[in-house]
Amino acid sequence: MASNRPAYSDLVKEIRKGHFVLTGELEPEKTTGLEEVLNSARAMKPYVIAANVTDNPLAMAYMNSLVPSYIVQREVGLETVYQMVIRDRNRLALVSDILAASYLGIKNILAISGDHTVLGDNKGALSVYDLDSAQFVYLLHKMIDEGVDLAGNEIHGGVKINVGIAANPNADPLEPEILKIGRKVKIGTDFIQTQTMFDIDLTKEFLKEMERFSCPILVGIFPLKSFGIADFFDKFIPGVSVPKELLESMRKCKEESDKEKRKILYDEVNIEYFSPFIKEIRKTTKAAGIHVMAVLYERILEPLLRETV
Amino acid sequence: MIITKQKSEEKIKEMTEPFKKLFIVGCGTCSTSCQTGGEKEVAEMVEKLGNRVIGSAMVEEPCDLRINRRDLKPHRETLKEADAILVMSCGSGVQTVGEYTGKIVLPALDTLFIGETERIGKFYDRCKACAECILDETGGICPITRCPKSLLNGPCGGQVEGKCEVGEYKNDCIWVLIYEKLKEQDRLDLFTTFRPPRDNSKKVLTTELIF
Repeated sequence: MASNRPAYSDLVKEIRKGHFVLTGELEPEKTTGLEEVLNSARAMKPYVIAANVTDNPLAMAYMNSLVPSYIVQREVGLETVYQMVIRDRNRLALVSDILAASYLGIKNILAISGDHTVLGDNKGALSVYDLDSAQFVYLLHKMIDEGVDLAGNEIHGGVKINVGIAANPNADPLEPEILKIGRKVKIGTDFIQTQTMFDIDLTKEFLKEMERFSCPILVGIFPLKSFGIADFFDKFIPGVSVPKELLESMRKCKEESDKEKRKILYDEVNIEYFSPFIKEIRKTTKAAGIHVMAVLYERILEPLLRETV
Repeated sequence: MIITKQKSEEKIKEMTEPFKKLFIVGCGTCSTSCQTGGEKEVAEMVEKLGNRVIGSAMVEEPCDLRINRRDLKPHRETLKEADAILVMSCGSGVQTVGEYTGKIVLPALDTLFIGETERIGKFYDRCKACAECILDETGGICPITRCPKSLLNGPCGGQVEGKCEVGEYKNDCIWVLIYEKLKEQDRLDLFTTFRPPRDNSKKVLTTELIF
């Protein structure tokens, strides 16, 4: 059932070779500069095959993700996964951005809904949602595989991009989420990246359920840089909760007054939690890889992956 | 029913301030049921606005030009004198009263939605009048209206324990309700069916119905 589209990106090529892959995450913010994103990209490059570039996450109005998606590839030589939300674009804007991405050499698009604008930093903004995420995957399929847009208008030049979708294994009930993923896989999905996972049993259960679709899955993890981030994550990220014990360990690290020592403690907690997690996924499941959302926490990648990859 | 809510006293005061002679029109249908523009509410408004009000009338259906003619005819002379008419109905009624009288019209209510009534004071948004009903495919539950993203192939990732990310997880995720309903009806094939993008031009081009 997996897509029979050619592998255009290094990410999908690696996955199809059967290699266990790692992807990272970059987050342009409300700034006109890209130095931080480029530094992060440089720091993660030795460890990941590609990096997602987030698109106005949590409905915050940040820099257009296409620009860093392109610049990171050009300046750092790290392939990107251009995240696109349908919240901010109607089908015309989606087509425009896909054409532009194609011209700029983007090889992966992650097609997602995006959090509703009422959760964001411009709560009065109109949410577009002209298409939903399944219809967005359908638009990508039409453009990439048939060379036309949704209205059947011909596209010149060819779009050579692989398509990723998001999945939420934490969804409860899970069955409608799985049926929804099945719909998108059938339309044309090359890879799936999951929402942040902490619970290994739940992750394995989900991966087992997903085997019926034969679509490569990268399990999302979010190393927690500080207690503040862990706490924010737990409280404000839709559909994600940080396990109590982990949150408690993070709280204890916070009590260390020396900044450098605190950093080491935080790193140890993360390595202790996520290293066995990654090992287990790698050894016992059919997951294609791990999507590490270590935004501005790239220093954790080397020690975290040292033992597991 | 068209569900309405009365504007705040301050807003009504601010809106009516520039006018010396006001006429008030109530609605005998939806706004009476909502208790936002019935006889009682019109009487209260007359009292609130005091001696600037030169007359008032109930129109059985202010959204119907024919009924406006019938119910406002006896008030023709007073209406002529009025600087503005404060209409206590939905937006459609306000516009129809304006069209019939040719006067400046002011909305006393905010129109919320086409709703279901559980009891007076408990109304729920049920229809966006999208011009292409798909309730046969969605277990009789409208995702266009009730999913804040109007998804046709939901749910999205913002569903937590069956609740929606919009509204601090107090409201049900409508796509979970649709899933449960279709499952109960043994029609889950309708859930998994891919619904292609809507033709939004249908709604845009449907601004009148003439036969």
